[in-house]
Amino acid sequence: MASIDPIISVQRLTKKFGTFTAVDAISFEVMKGEIFGFLGANGAGKTTAMKILIGISRPTSGTATVAGYDIYKETEQIKKSIGYMSQRFSLYNDLTIRENIEFFGGIYGLTQHQIRDKGEALVEKLGLQDNYKRPISDLPLGWKQKLAFSIALLHDPRIIFLDEPTGGVDPVTRRIFWNMIYEAAHRGVTIFVTTHYMDEAEYCNRVSMMVDGKIEALDSPGRLKDKYGVTSMNEVFVRLARNQTRGKDA
Amino acid sequence: MKTIYYLLKKEFRQIFRNRAMLPILFVMPVVQLLVLSYAATFEVKNIRLHIVDNDQSAFSRELTQKFLVSDHFRLTGVSFSGRVAIDEMQRHNTDLILHIPAYFERDLVRNRKAQLMLSINAIDGAAAAVENVYAMSIIQDFNENIRVSMADDALPSERPKVFSITQSFWFNPELDYKTFMVPGILVLLVTMIAVFLAGMNIVREKEIGTLEQINVTPIKKHQFIIGKLLPFWLLALVELAGGLLMCWVIFGIGVAGSIWVVFLFASVYLLVVLGIGFFISNFANTQQQAMFLSWFFMVIFILMSGLFTPIESMPSWAQVLTEFNPVRYFVEVMRMVMLKGAGLDDILPQLTRLVIYAVLMNGLAVVGYKKVA
Amino acid sequence: MKGFITKEFFHIFRDRRSLIILFGMPIVQILLFGFAITNEIRNVNIAILDKAHDTSSERIIEKMLASGYFVMNGYLESEDEIEAIFQKGKIKAVVVFGPDLDRNLATGGNGAIQILADATDPNTANTIANYAASIVRDYQAEINLNTTVPFQIIPEVRMLYNPELKGVFMFIPGTMTVILMLVSAMMTSISIAREKEMGTMEVLLVSPLKPVQVVTGKVLPYILLSSINAAVILLLGYFVFKMPMEGSLIALMGTTLLFIITTLSLGILISTVAHTQQMAMMISLMGLMLPTIMLSGFVFPIDSMPWPLRFLSNLIPAKWFIIILKGLMLKGVSITYLWKEVLILVLMTLALIGLSVKKYAIRLT
Repeated sequence: MASIDPIISVQRLTKKFGTFTAVDAISFEVMKGEIFGFLGANGAGKTTAMKILIGISRPTSGTATVAGYDIYKETEQIKKSIGYMSQRFSLYNDLTIRENIEFFGGIYGLTQHQIRDKGEALVEKLGLQDNYKRPISDLPLGWKQKLAFSIALLHDPRIIFLDEPTGGVDPVTRRIFWNMIYEAAHRGVTIFVTTHYMDEAEYCNRVSMMVDGKIEALDSPGRLKDKYGVTSMNEVFVRLARNQTRGKDA
Repeated sequence: MKTIYYLLKKEFRQIFRNRAMLPILFVMPVVQLLVLSYAATFEVKNIRLHIVDNDQSAFSRELTQKFLVSDHFRLTGVSFSGRVAIDEMQRHNTDLILHIPAYFERDLVRNRKAQLMLSINAIDGAAAAVENVYAMSIIQDFNENIRVSMADDALPSERPKVFSITQSFWFNPELDYKTFMVPGILVLLVTMIAVFLAGMNIVREKEIGTLEQINVTPIKKHQFIIGKLLPFWLLALVELAGGLLMCWVIFGIGVAGSIWVVFLFASVYLLVVLGIGFFISNFANTQQQAMFLSWFFMVIFILMSGLFTPIESMPSWAQVLTEFNPVRYFVEVMRMVMLKGAGLDDILPQLTRLVIYAVLMNGLAVVGYKKVA
Repeated sequence: MKGFITKEFFHIFRDRRSLIILFGMPIVQILLFGFAITNEIRNVNIAILDKAHDTSSERIIEKMLASGYFVMNGYLESEDEIEAIFQKGKIKAVVVFGPDLDRNLATGGNGAIQILADATDPNTANTIANYAASIVRDYQAEINLNTTVPFQIIPEVRMLYNPELKGVFMFIPGTMTVILMLVSAMMTSISIAREKEMGTMEVLLVSPLKPVQVVTGKVLPYILLSSINAAVILLLGYFVFKMPMEGSLIALMGTTLLFIITTLSLGILISTVAHTQQMAMMISLMGLMLPTIMLSGFVFPIDSMPWPLRFLSNLIPAKWFIIILKGLMLKGVSITYLWKEVLILVLMTLALIGLSVKKYAIRLT
């Protein structure tokens, strides 16, 4: 359940590439335990903003803290407290499930014991016992994504960042995936997810909508729909993005 | 540290699981070593010779005979016409033309002087010079024989003053080119494996996206570089060991000096070369770029290393440049230790240089690696 | 189809780093080869052990140092020092003058001079020894000027096609060949392999484009790049190094295009076998470039190799192209003289294309 404690706090965060302003002085907060949807069209600046928050990109100006750590000076601490699932697949295709679990577990400082126990639990939950020793490249995309998500949670991070996690899978698999997200949120993990699927916005506690580098809306899906007098988030997006200059439609 | 342990485990697993690369890693160098060692020679052999004999005398036949029995030359044709001979050369059928003019024998006996003409395909200038030397020595030999057989005619005051010149070749008395090239070729192969594999490896992760994932984890920069360095360093050393073994078994070329010195030096050298590979990878976003950059620098390094052509022959500005070339030092040291039995103190200057470069390059690689863009 | 080709072009030209290397590399290589890399002997460090200390030894030493081949690096006192000084690595030869040179000569004996060369590099050693010996013989001829040596055979030597023995003439055709191989074969194979690796190949195959069109579209930009590279190399050779162009320019362009196509087909063949870019690169490098450099006659004379290698070198397209290049540029022969080599290249190209087509057909079924 969402609390009133901000776990991510962003003030006038800006990122410029030369003369191009990808992220334009955005400010927002994410509360501990909530599922926060970071929406926007492709090219609106979502991924760039996220990269700053996970500590692999330096902002041009503005401030932010993630899990209480400053994004300029304490990126290494941030990394210890968060998990990440990238848009492109981020596990090692030529290694087996077991080996990927072992690697990522070990990197985050889990003991051999922990790795073994958590690994087994993870695999059982996903029903992938038979594939424990097979290279990941054998798995279909939907399974890979679920696996990547689970492994990102292996070290019990406080926040998990998901960048377009459900790209390219069928709606059923997407639903199942979101069930996993709910479960994690239930356990107290804060979820920060970007997506350009507007219907997935419905699953979030609150969403923000980025258009041309700025945040044009920030509220719960319900209140946003009321505000614009529409019945779906898709329509909210259409209203907001009508005048956008960047990016393509979802 | 445990992080490095996990990094290494992952890396080794990936290397050995890469079924397609394994033969390339282990079989190709063997094949290269064999082929290159036999191919890489600047010796000039089997020189194709065409003789135009317009004299058809005892002398001309004797001279022809001397060329025939020589190891260096291979007679591809005899004719009466210079034009035919030149045509043969145009058609790439011969390398050298010996033209014995008419009245050769008569001129030599009567006037004590005669002329000959040698036409050499000089496209390969160095080879042409050598062919010239060989041909001239046969002619001079022939000349000497004539003089001796005609000695009765010689006046006493005409005895020339002669120095006796002996040539002696040390460390490689049979002038076996292989002995010279093989240590250098080993250097070449080990270097290529190190630079290309290591540099491409990091960029590959960049390209497929796993590098980003690594950047989000708490893995520190130096841990990451070490995790990439060690496996390829070990691999290259294993290749070197295999190569040395093959050299000994197949070519009979052993290590005259201490094999530990070889490995000590190789270890440091590989650190430099891998460091260069990693440093390059910081500038490349795709594997193709990485390959190009590595190829670019490697070609320059290898050509300017003294492996194929001597450093002393280079203009001074080029020689100064080679001081920064790690390959140069490795080639030197391999030859010194393998062939001449040089010891640790002999190679200390090169070793110190390389230690400095190793620290420098790897330092640069770590600094240049940006976890935060 | 046109859109596809345009995309390929953009893809390549946007990759600025690769482009810089692509065009910069041949220039750097040619300049290096032209100015820095040579087999000629210069500035060789030698040491002298002079037991004679008389006119002969002094004059000969003078001549040696004046020749430009040798640089004096020390006087030795005894034979014991020789091995150690060779091991240090700097000295390449030691000249030992026997005692009483002048006296021996005058009394009709032979003055003894020993030339000891460090033969770890046998070629250099051989050349050094020969140069040193010829300097001695030069001096010998000088002091014998008064006596007319009878029965002189005077050979006149003509160096054809390259009278100044410029090393660069050897290297320009070879470098051109290597660069063309690099761009055409290697880059093509890597480019096609990348599509396979990224998964976009299937997309292309499923599209209305026929496989032939896909391949042609991939290959066309590289033909252009290779041609530009070839032109740059030739121009450099001509203007900077005065490399002659004796034969027909049209024949040159035609055969160059032929060779580019041959190497392209090689690249395509490699791409049918390689699943990843890394594989494509490694195969191109180890299986193509290295053998080409080693066995094509570019650097090492083919005739000096043992017969199995000489046989192998016939399978390498570069070998035949280099012969064509040298013939056209340096010998000025007409193309009819080179019909054999051209035919071989054509046959190789057809065989390679045929093989690639077959492999693709197998994959698609």
